[in-house]
Amino acid sequence: AAMDLFGDLRRMNKRQLYYQVLNFAMIVSSALMIWKGLIVITGSESPIVVVLSGSMEPAFHRGDLLFLTNFHDDPIRAGEIVVFKVEGRDIPIVHRVIKIHEKENGDIKFLTKGDNNEVDDRGLYKEGQNWLEKKDVVGRARGFLPYVGMVTIIMNDYPKFKYALLAVMGAYVLLKRES
Amino acid sequence: RKNVEDFTGPRERSDLGFITFDITADILKEKCIFDWNVKQLFLYLSAEYSTKNNALNQVVLWDKIILRGDNPRLFLKDMKSKYFFFDDGNGLKGNRNVTLTLSWNVVPNAGILPLVTGSGHVSVPFPDTYETTKSY
Repeated sequence: AAMDLFGDLRRMNKRQLYYQVLNFAMIVSSALMIWKGLIVITGSESPIVVVLSGSMEPAFHRGDLLFLTNFHDDPIRAGEIVVFKVEGRDIPIVHRVIKIHEKENGDIKFLTKGDNNEVDDRGLYKEGQNWLEKKDVVGRARGFLPYVGMVTIIMNDYPKFKYALLAVMGAYVLLKRES
Repeated sequence: RKNVEDFTGPRERSDLGFITFDITADILKEKCIFDWNVKQLFLYLSAEYSTKNNALNQVVLWDKIILRGDNPRLFLKDMKSKYFFFDDGNGLKGNRNVTLTLSWNVVPNAGILPLVTGSGHVSVPFPDTYETTKSY
């Protein structure tokens, strides 16, 4: 089978190669467009996130996938599950809102806590920060799928797996023939 | 109700409320909320009120996770709030309109995550004076 692969590669002339590369580029562009479209529709910079910790068990486990929306006019209310980022840190955290104080003009400050944690999130916030604000929110969890996000966690923890996967995908796309 | 330093966060003096409550709930009463796609219910009791400082305040006082298969009837008496009921300021004193509502988050095996607010609610008026701590 490996010999067939090399045979295939040698038999392809330049034109066929360019055609396959363009095909590949089109698939990548379409995927990016769909992702950008999701960002626009949901209003969230990251409409699909993977749960990274067990702090929301037994509702969500590490590897679950969450679908978020972040509509500007959606008020933040106690009990909602929000995904937020602490200023200066990259990792999104998925926890529940347990306290809100909202002023008449809509300015809101709120406190979060993981269902599975004993204490609220003040220890996670920035030094001296006691509340979260709307700008820290990446989105609100609206739906979820279990296990599906495990793939990204594995790819993060084992980069060799990621490269192997990309190599296989690349080879498949470049070598597949339109019938 | 007392006025103490909010030792869980900001260092200013804020009102701290103490509430005890009973909860009687029969979750399977109307229709089966635990259908094939429901993994658990996250039940929580929240207090909602307005103050001079803030037009809207909501504080979760108590929560409970009910897994599929757990006893769906709750008879909780004389419960104390699980979390400290600190106001952002001194808005609990004399506040006649603190409303307690029971709500729940349905967590499916897969799919949408709805948040449902119970239709009943209870109003809890707070007294006009602070309770002084007994010293021993």
